[in-house]
Amino acid sequence: MNDLDGGKPDERTQTDPEFTMPQSRALIPMLVVAALAVLVILLNITGAKPVLAPVGTAADRAFSPKDFAAVFEEQARIAASSREGKDGLFPVPPPPFNEDLYPCSTCHDEKMEVNRERRELSFHDDIVLHHDEANRWCLDCHDGSNRDRLHLAGGTLLPFEESYKLCGQCHGTQFRDWRAGIHGKRTGHWNGDKQYLLCVNCHNPHSPHFAPIKPLPPPVRPQFLRSAHAAVADAAPSDAITKESSDGRTMH
Amino acid sequence: MAERCTDNATTPEEEKFLDATKLGRRDFLTALGVTAAGYLTGCSAESREAFFAKRFLELSPSELDLRLKRLRDSAAVKYGATVDVSATPAQPGVLFGYALDLSRCVGCRRCVYACVKENNQSRDPQIQWIRVLEMEKEKGIDLEHANPYYNPDTVPDPEHFYLPVSCQQCRTPQCTQVCPVGATWQEPDGIVVIDYDWCIGCRCCMSACPYGARHFNWSEPTISPEEVNPKMHALGNRMRPRGVVEKCTFCVQRVREGLYPACVEICPVGARKFGNLLDPEGEVSRVLRDKRVFVLKAELKTDPKFFYFYGL
Repeated sequence: MNDLDGGKPDERTQTDPEFTMPQSRALIPMLVVAALAVLVILLNITGAKPVLAPVGTAADRAFSPKDFAAVFEEQARIAASSREGKDGLFPVPPPPFNEDLYPCSTCHDEKMEVNRERRELSFHDDIVLHHDEANRWCLDCHDGSNRDRLHLAGGTLLPFEESYKLCGQCHGTQFRDWRAGIHGKRTGHWNGDKQYLLCVNCHNPHSPHFAPIKPLPPPVRPQFLRSAHAAVADAAPSDAITKESSDGRTMH
Repeated sequence: MAERCTDNATTPEEEKFLDATKLGRRDFLTALGVTAAGYLTGCSAESREAFFAKRFLELSPSELDLRLKRLRDSAAVKYGATVDVSATPAQPGVLFGYALDLSRCVGCRRCVYACVKENNQSRDPQIQWIRVLEMEKEKGIDLEHANPYYNPDTVPDPEHFYLPVSCQQCRTPQCTQVCPVGATWQEPDGIVVIDYDWCIGCRCCMSACPYGARHFNWSEPTISPEEVNPKMHALGNRMRPRGVVEKCTFCVQRVREGLYPACVEICPVGARKFGNLLDPEGEVSRVLRDKRVFVLKAELKTDPKFFYFYGL
């Protein structure tokens, strides 16, 4: 009997519409909230802006070498300055002289007194000595009696074109590697005539540490690679390829 | 069973009717053969070459000339550029090697853009064969957490070092072994090349390469005519179509003429070295002998010919 009594209310909940109505009414606000949440998520996914925000840098534009023409012109200029090699000498481009000042002997003639004092320079004030400055001064490398020459520690005079011998006195390992082609830069032919750069073509002899440079732009991040190309595709909708990429089936 | 078989058999009347209406198999094939032969003998030698499009390695000298002519013409039509496509073979007694001085590289990315310029890589969508990875000095070489998108005002950053990665030109390349059609192989001078006419774009090689050195042309590459490098090699920097894989070839169009690769020529700090591994006095041979050298992912036994070293 108890079982039968208990069974009756269950039957009523399933059949009586007035009894079930409150339950469905409670569901409506829940459904509305769920639908809104789905809508917000969908809008985020299909939005024009990529969801993945780049970290740190933009990297959203495809740069081309033509944007850095100056870099390649400089390279071409160095390559064009190659000279014929002589016996026992390395073919090197001329050292980066200041054309207004060289030859030095136009000012530093016999009349000008040789001053070996460490002092604030009145004329060459653009030179900042940052090369073992505690122990070096001008005439340790430049020759006091012939200003158009350098001199080795033993007094042997050197033209500026052979300055690598002077550098090699102290920087022996770098000099050894440079002669083997490991240190420094070689251009030309890997199996034939090649051009060496002098130490001073890359290093400022008065301040030899490389100055930091601006890097060329980073590669385009994948998410921008796709949208950047779609933008190009929109400009030329007749192209068969662009149709495919604009509908999002192809990845870039 | 027997009953079922006889169900499918035709009666003599039906057979007679079919014979009268259908073209015999033999007749059909003969007609097809004659038409094809007539078409192929009638058309020009160039269209014939384009139709059969043999594998690059199987081309006879005359077919190779036709192939190069076709490449020149298609570059003129597609990009409006007058170009010279060569197929210079490998020099005997040469095995190319590359060495990069990690203690010198400043991460300036000049090599990346010199390579793009030299090798006619697509400007949009962007393809770059060299990727420079920025890593923390404290952590050492950590490929998984390297950052290729670094963009500070100036480089080198004192806390970081830079590791440029491109094709490692392995002696036992994985990419050539997985190619299902044999469209990529190692040349006698050690350069791994791709036959762009034979590549089917399945990208198996890209998944096999442990260095991410191979790049896919997802759509037609774009370069403006004035930016096209007209000096091309059929297996290197010639124009690629959509749907093929491409990668660094050590500038095959330059090095087979004796020139240094474009990245070596541009590097402002002289970190990049290139030479013949079989020449004991070559730069890379000297590096291998005198310096502390390593290769990337040596445990995979790909045996790269691209070496990294510390010059200091």
